Amino acid sequence: MSSSVVEARGVGKTFGTGDGQIVALSGIDLQIHQGDFISLIGPSGCGKSTLLRLIGDLVSPTTGTLVVNGKTPGQARLDRDYGIVFQSATLLDWRSVQKNVELPLEIMDFPSEERPARAREMLDLVQLDAFADHFPWQLSGGMQQRVAIARALAFRPSLLLMDEPFGALDEMTREAMQQEVLRVWRETGTSVVFVTHSIPEAVFLSTRVVVMSPRPGHISDEIVVDLPRQRDQDTREQSKYFDLVIEVREALRKGEKGGGAL
Amino acid sequence: MTERDDLIRETPETDVFASFEGDLPTIGRRSSPGRLLRRYLPAFIAFLTVILVWEGLTRLLGVESFVLSKPSEILTSFTETFTTIWGAGMRTLLEAATGFVIGTSLAVATSLAAARWVGFRDGMLPIAIALNATPIAALAPIFNSWFGLTNPFSKMAVVAVVVYFPVMINTTRGLLEVDPAELELMRSMAATPAEVTRRIRIPRALPYFFSSIKVASVLSLIAAIIAEYFGGPQNVLGQYIVNRAQLFQFPDAWAAILVASILGVTFYLLILLAERRLMPWHVSFRSSD
Repeated sequence: MSSSVVEARGVGKTFGTGDGQIVALSGIDLQIHQGDFISLIGPSGCGKSTLLRLIGDLVSPTTGTLVVNGKTPGQARLDRDYGIVFQSATLLDWRSVQKNVELPLEIMDFPSEERPARAREMLDLVQLDAFADHFPWQLSGGMQQRVAIARALAFRPSLLLMDEPFGALDEMTREAMQQEVLRVWRETGTSVVFVTHSIPEAVFLSTRVVVMSPRPGHISDEIVVDLPRQRDQDTREQSKYFDLVIEVREALRKGEKGGGAL
Repeated sequence: MTERDDLIRETPETDVFASFEGDLPTIGRRSSPGRLLRRYLPAFIAFLTVILVWEGLTRLLGVESFVLSKPSEILTSFTETFTTIWGAGMRTLLEAATGFVIGTSLAVATSLAAARWVGFRDGMLPIAIALNATPIAALAPIFNSWFGLTNPFSKMAVVAVVVYFPVMINTTRGLLEVDPAELELMRSMAATPAEVTRRIRIPRALPYFFSSIKVASVLSLIAAIIAEYFGGPQNVLGQYIVNRAQLFQFPDAWAAILVASILGVTFYLLILLAERRLMPWHVSFRSSD
C-alpha cells in the first residue's frame, strides 16, 4: 500500500511515578497506511484507548518513537491532521447541529462564508441535513454520534480517531452506525483508527484488526481482514466473515493466556 | 406527526436509520395564556390567603399597629405617600443597581483570571471563600467614613462588595467545571486557551453566573438598605424606614418595605428574563411536556 499515516516503533507509556507506576503500554510497533481502517481490540486495561490517545497527542509516549504523517503527533495535532470521536458525542448544547459541525471550522479560521456550505456537506454525508437547525438534545443517541462524526470530518483530516464511538448505543443502532461509518470512510478516503471491544464490530469495519493484551498493554496479534471494502448486512452472514470473527476471538484468548492472566 | 415525517429525508442508498428516528422529543411549545394562568393560580391564591388571614387576625386580636400593621393600613399609607417612598425607592435602587454592576463586573473579571491562571486561582479562591462567609454588610460604617456619609458611593461600595463574592465564586466554579472530553475535543482541534474560554468555558459558566446574579440581585437591595441604616441622606428607603419607625408611623415603614419588595422582585425578574434570552438552550427551559 501507499504511504504511512502512523508509524510507531517501540512505543511505551507509563503513568505515574515511583511505586504508583503503571505500565499502560510497552513495545508497540504499528504501521497504519493511507486509507486503512484499523481496529484496536482487546480486554479493558490493554491500553487500546491509550494507544489511540498517543496517536492523537492527547497523551505523550514515555518511550519509543511515534510518527504521524511524517511529523511528531504534536505537530500533526497543530496541523489539524486528525479528527476525533469519543464514546460520548460531546456536542455543545447551546449550538445547533449545524453550528456544532461548524465549530472546528471557526476554530481553524475557515472563511465565514465557506463554513455553512461545508457543514451542510458533512451533514449530508451523515444524512442529517434535515436536522441542521435542531439542537443536540433533540436528537437520539445515534444521531448525536453522527453529528460528532460530521464535526470530526468537517475540516477533512487525514486521520479519523474513534474511541469506542458506538459503545453507548443499542445493538440495532450500532449496526446501522457501522454501515454509516464504512460508507463515510469509502467516500472520504480518510484513514481510521477505531477502538472497540466488540469482535464482530472490529471485523465488519476493518481492513486490519490489531489485537491487544494487558499487563502490560501490548500488541499480541494483527489480523488482516480480506473482505471487500464494499460491505453490507449480507457480509455479516458470509462464512469468510465468521471465520475472521473466530480468528480474532482465538487471538484474543491466546493473548490473554500469553499475558499470564485468567 | 406529519411534520416529523417530513423531516426524515428519503435516503435511497441506506434507509437503515429511518426506523431509529421516531423518538425525537417535541420541540419546546410556547405557553398559552390558559397554561400560564393554571401555573400561577396556586401562588396567587396563596398570596391572597396570607393577606386576608393577616388582615383578619390583626383585626380580630386587636394587634397594635406598631406591633404589626394591617395590610389595609399599609395600602392606605402606600397610596398616600407614594411619591415620597417611590422617589426614595428609586434612589436606593440606583445605589443597589450601580453597586451590583460594579460588583458583578469585578467578579467576572476575577473569575476569568482565576480560570486562566492556576496560581492566581490557588492564591485567591480560599481567601474569597473565607471573605464570602464574613457578614460583609458590617463594613458599611467603615465605607461611610472612607467615601463620606452623604456620598452615595459609600452605599454602592457596600453593595459591590456584598455582590462580588458569591458571583465570583460561582462563576469561577462554572468556568472550571467543564467536561474533560470537551477540553480534549478542543485540544484535538488545536484550539488556543482563549478559544476554549470563549467557546466552552463561558457558555458552561452561564448557568452558574445567572444563578449567582439572581441571588446577588436580591442581596444588592438588602445591602443598600442596610448601608443606609448607618446614616446618610434622608431621602432613601433605609433612612425613611428608620425615621418612620422612630416616629411610630409603622404603616409608613411597612409601605416603604413594600416598595423595596416590589423593586427586589422586579430586579430579580429582569435577570430571569435576561437568562432566558441568553441561554434558551439550557435544560431548565426545555419544555418537559
